[in-house]
Amino acid sequence: MAITTEPAASTTETPPTAETPQQPPAPEPSKDSKASKDGWQLNSPLVLTMVLLLVVLAQGSIRTALSAPVMQSWMTVFVAVVVQALPFLVLGVLLSAAIAVFVPATWFTRALPDNPVLAVPVAGMAGAILPGCECASVPVAGALVRRGVTPAAAIAFLLSAPAINPIVLTATAVAFPRNPEMVLARFAGSLLVACLMGWLWTRIGRTDWLKLPAHEPHAGETKGAAFWGSVRHDVMQAGGFLVLGAMSAATLKAVAPASWLRTAADNPVVAILALSILAVLLSICSEADAFVAASLTQFSLTAKLAFLVVGPMIDLKLFAMQAGTFGRGFAMRFAPATFVLAIAGAVVTSAVLL
Amino acid sequence: MSRQAQAAVLFLIGTALLHAGLTNLYLRYVKAGLQPLLLLSGAVLIVAALATAWYEWRRARAEKARAAAHTDAAHADEAHAESEGEGHGGHVHREPRISWLLLLPLFALILVAPPALGSYSAVRTGTAIQQPYGLSKLPADNPLTLGLVDYATRAVYDHGHSLGDRQLKVTGFVALDKSGAPYLVRMALNCCAADAQPVKIALTGKIPPVLQPDTWLLVTGTYSAKQTKDPVNNRPIPYFQVTQAKPVPTPKDPYDESWNQ
Repeated sequence: MAITTEPAASTTETPPTAETPQQPPAPEPSKDSKASKDGWQLNSPLVLTMVLLLVVLAQGSIRTALSAPVMQSWMTVFVAVVVQALPFLVLGVLLSAAIAVFVPATWFTRALPDNPVLAVPVAGMAGAILPGCECASVPVAGALVRRGVTPAAAIAFLLSAPAINPIVLTATAVAFPRNPEMVLARFAGSLLVACLMGWLWTRIGRTDWLKLPAHEPHAGETKGAAFWGSVRHDVMQAGGFLVLGAMSAATLKAVAPASWLRTAADNPVVAILALSILAVLLSICSEADAFVAASLTQFSLTAKLAFLVVGPMIDLKLFAMQAGTFGRGFAMRFAPATFVLAIAGAVVTSAVLL
Repeated sequence: MSRQAQAAVLFLIGTALLHAGLTNLYLRYVKAGLQPLLLLSGAVLIVAALATAWYEWRRARAEKARAAAHTDAAHADEAHAESEGEGHGGHVHREPRISWLLLLPLFALILVAPPALGSYSAVRTGTAIQQPYGLSKLPADNPLTLGLVDYATRAVYDHGHSLGDRQLKVTGFVALDKSGAPYLVRMALNCCAADAQPVKIALTGKIPPVLQPDTWLLVTGTYSAKQTKDPVNNRPIPYFQVTQAKPVPTPKDPYDESWNQ
């Protein structure tokens, strides 16, 4: 818990620095002029320096506060989720910046069918070519919408990409050596749900739910500046939400008892629900979730499939990142709909294939 | 967060990733196979930080030059440029709050560098022993050095046929359950520590009288046919007949990654 006091410490730190931004020699005069215009706005390089200094000075006491086993294991899982996801986030951010800057908007209108009902399955299948996990697909889907791709198609891509790419399917095959049909079921179930969500959007979706931060390159900006500006913006924003998701996943892993799962496995309906909720709470990377599913031996294959279909589409980390990329209004509606449809899709697929 | 501060944070995170990837620190958190991607993303973040700082410096210089060139006539023009900058500032108002959170993993990684998952997680989680796809043939060495997960799998699913009464050497860390019974554990990992699961073996025979949880031991001994059940998930835990136990330093990769192969 001591770690959670840290952001609080940094924010309580800010008022004093807000009163004294003029006293020390300001490092960036150009920023200063802007800050003084806004009045209250903090001089963030200064705050950053102060926070870094304070933490370095207090590192001894921070370490002792964090030496309890619960905190150690919390921190390890927290750091692990962030370190594991960052490379994929960076990959997705680079791809999304490249789409935003170098691919002309007309390319997408030519590549995708005009009819959104047809564009959805095409975009869903296109998800198969994005190698990696869900952290990469959020910024890419954001860039697609900003590039004029119909949101329905972008949604299908967003949901299918982390689940049906070759890396994830291979991992699934390795994790279920005795049930190769799981690979097919995961592919079919995920694609089905992704398309259903896309079509659902064409029926009832409203564009004003989407609040995309508009950062088109403005006139006079070189392509390089636009590219790196987009990378910086996306890493800072999606990265912040990733940290939020990692914190909740680590809390669950370190605090929740594992024994309640055993009781849930006895009832087939409760088992499916329990594993779906577990997928949301654990926020495991889609490249690894098959191994975790395989280890839950007491559960039915249907429940495991629900875990594999729900996890890459919606979890705490993804919800936070989607809220950051598409706006809170979108995420609040999108998450429950995805959750329900993903469970239904998994159950139907398993009835047919497993 | 202003762009200068963002550049600083990006630079620090990139450096932290490079540092973790170049030392063995990253092995406490993620699988070994992630190293190239970690180094690459660290480098990309550093480049993004430098690019941000450079464009920011150029923008500031261009604005200053413009302001100096036309003093009065360009006032309106400058105001326009400023308002454009403010448009960006609008984001900078909304994105910074959440971006500050990026400092947390930075501090955790650089200042605290938490250890790999140990006995606390191992006791709370059930053993993750899995039925093997097939068992490879063991080399003829005597004593034979064997992975803990490999031993547990052969003991439970092969009933020790491939082990016989050979001398075995197994490494793992100590975990004590509620009654104080000692287990030797290795966390098995697929991707990162969030999905790490313990594989446990119970110790019997000549066990050191005092065992501290989380100390790493190299135990020498033989296969034991005795088994017990993990109270957490009712899965089997095989015993290991110890003849000698000696403390060893934490291995380079504290996790067992044999499931990745």
